[in-house]
Amino acid sequence: MSETTKTKKIKPPITESLLTCGHRACSGCGESLGAKLVMDAAGPNNIVTTATGCLEVFSTPYPESAWRMPWIHSLFENSAAVAAGIESALKALGREDEANVIAQGGDGGTADIGIGCLSGMLERGHNILYVCYDNEAYMNTGVQRSGLTPYDARTSTSPPGTESWGNQHQKKNLLEIAAAHNIPYAATASVGYPSDLMSKVKKALKIKGPKFLMVHVPCPLGWAYKTELTIEIAKIAVMTGLFPIVEMEYNKVTRVRKVGKNRRPVEDYLKLQGRFRHVMTEAGKIELEKIRLIAQANIDKYGLE
Amino acid sequence: MRKLIEGSMAVAELVKLCRPNVIAAYPITPQTHIVENLSQFVADGELKGEFLNVESEFGAASVVLGASAAGARSYSTTTSQGLLLMGEVLYNISGLRLPVVITCANRAISAPINIWNDHSDAMTVRDAGWIMLFAEDNQEAADMHPQAYKIGEDPNICLPVLINMDGFILTHAFEPVDIPDQKEVDDYLPKYKPSEFLTVKDPRTFGMLAEPQWYAETRYKLFETHEDAKQVIEKTADDFKDKFGRYYGGLIDTYRLDDAERAFVAMGSLIGTLKDVVDDLRDKGEKVGILKIRSFRPFPKEKIREVCADVKELIVTEKAFSFGLGGVLQEEIRAAFYKQKHQPTVSGFVLGLGGRDIPPATLINIYNGSKGKEITNAFVDLRPDIAPGPFSAASVKG
Amino acid sequence: MSKPIQLSVAPGTSKANKTGSWRTMRPIFKHDTCNDCRICVIVCPDACVIGGDFVYDANLDYCKGCGICAHECPVDDIDMIAEVR
Repeated sequence: MSETTKTKKIKPPITESLLTCGHRACSGCGESLGAKLVMDAAGPNNIVTTATGCLEVFSTPYPESAWRMPWIHSLFENSAAVAAGIESALKALGREDEANVIAQGGDGGTADIGIGCLSGMLERGHNILYVCYDNEAYMNTGVQRSGLTPYDARTSTSPPGTESWGNQHQKKNLLEIAAAHNIPYAATASVGYPSDLMSKVKKALKIKGPKFLMVHVPCPLGWAYKTELTIEIAKIAVMTGLFPIVEMEYNKVTRVRKVGKNRRPVEDYLKLQGRFRHVMTEAGKIELEKIRLIAQANIDKYGLE
Repeated sequence: MRKLIEGSMAVAELVKLCRPNVIAAYPITPQTHIVENLSQFVADGELKGEFLNVESEFGAASVVLGASAAGARSYSTTTSQGLLLMGEVLYNISGLRLPVVITCANRAISAPINIWNDHSDAMTVRDAGWIMLFAEDNQEAADMHPQAYKIGEDPNICLPVLINMDGFILTHAFEPVDIPDQKEVDDYLPKYKPSEFLTVKDPRTFGMLAEPQWYAETRYKLFETHEDAKQVIEKTADDFKDKFGRYYGGLIDTYRLDDAERAFVAMGSLIGTLKDVVDDLRDKGEKVGILKIRSFRPFPKEKIREVCADVKELIVTEKAFSFGLGGVLQEEIRAAFYKQKHQPTVSGFVLGLGGRDIPPATLINIYNGSKGKEITNAFVDLRPDIAPGPFSAASVKG
Repeated sequence: MSKPIQLSVAPGTSKANKTGSWRTMRPIFKHDTCNDCRICVIVCPDACVIGGDFVYDANLDYCKGCGICAHECPVDDIDMIAEVR
């Protein structure tokens, strides 16, 4: 045991996580890490809905449930609407003080198929925190392209080939779509910065009204990288500008995580992932430049320099 | 209190008396007046519950699902396209065994788009595991709502209920309706007390993934519960009669069927027209009656066989068709008598599609034209340039 | 009458599933330079780092051997070795 020069600060005992062990997430899964951090930051007095997807499937194969708070899964695209029903029920039954309501969904279940229900929930002003876990594809069905798949990424429905460099569309700006509903709080976070993520969850849950949090969660299988790199890759994504960390309140940017002198070139991010292997070639140089421009555009837009 | 009000208002009044905690509203003709009336009740403080104007019928069904899962009594109403859009959620609600009540103002399905009444919308969800009741008139439609919650919330049932009332014909018709007191309804329909729901006091996981070794039993249980529901539906109707003095049948109802040799079989508002037709035919000496199917799901095979024991010919008149097979009710009525000692001849007629009018003369033609015959899949009252013969290209035996 | 079932369960029943059988690498917590930062606890996707007070270990019943704890430990106090059976 090492000597310490400061007084030993006694830390509280580790308590069991609200997303406990035994779930079937892949080894190194960023989404399971993200959900664990969100749940532990939120605490036990939360009723949680989750959309169909990796998070729901790996955590609740009957009779095994990894969740330790009241939890429901309904369908792929209605996590926000089911949460709205729960929140309304709590209000109608005089149980508002019993719990907060958190709705969860992946990038597919939130930005694509779920966008209607999300928009309705945000617009009606429900007191719900919506957490979107962005692993940038429909992972549970085998890595298909979603509206949040980044430019040039290989997915099973946007493979590179002689006619294509992979996904030919940029990420939908889901943060700003949510913020445009003029909600009190909308933010992005990353599992690369766990403390920041947890403090954002705590901050959001203190606010009454609709809140939106999008968490970048690397996927070792879908992004094709070695499992131990989940946190490192998440950090580098932020430091290239490809995943900006931003907070917005009532549709105005209020805080950003600057990259400054920690800025990393996009190559550092792409070279670690098999899904961009085709870009990191001689022939892919023009694509690499396009991705650099995307990163630069984010940095300019949000003032991340 | 007796009022002369629109069918939609009668339904809204009874929904209000059921004290729903959460209502999800999305407009679609011809149901819209129901949600408009409910929103006015809420605005005037007469209905104390959460009223959500949602982003789609899919959202509406999802909201009532979530509310019910959290222990609230929830309500929505839709029709046709909206019912189809909710389809996924309807299966989810029955699979989660949540006693939601939804009113369907039956309407034809697009394409081509048509906003008028037929039963094709309800038929698209007949396998979704919901209890499905069909109302004959506005009083029955309104009264079905407390009955539906009572049936669904029975701890041995835990099933959602779809109340079907003919769009426009009932929803937009003004009829005198008895609206009961709040206290009477409270006595009949107590507070919703689910045994399991979303609460931090008993944090459970709902809506799990069921692998092959677990799924099939849940379906078996739905099958079992639908069988159990038959007697609950009967008892609920009997209790309603005792309390409110009104009765429209339980699983079925009959009209002048006791000594009938032939009988019409139908659902919904058509029963009203048929009663007039049967009275006229009886005046002319015909021994005819009506079998009204009130509960379409669970389908009351046993009761049907029982009341038709001495009927020689059944004339099914319906507003839906299963393309590639035959009239929906026609097929189900025929199947009810399969291998029974007594097998009446069953003829099937399809009418009223897309809201086409059904005058009594049409029903009399059907009655006369099918005597002693077995007519199958007869589309009635079509334009002669499209469909030849009195009953289109139906097959006719005898 | 049959009791309706809809497949709901009590919390945390996943612990019956010992995912430790999955791993091909295993973390060794050396208990040498540990500074009690608890980054290992925070970053474990399976919430299976146990212990306290400068002494932490992986709960080998559940540890999937992803290696994130070893990779992120700021004082290199965790090694990954091949799982031995």
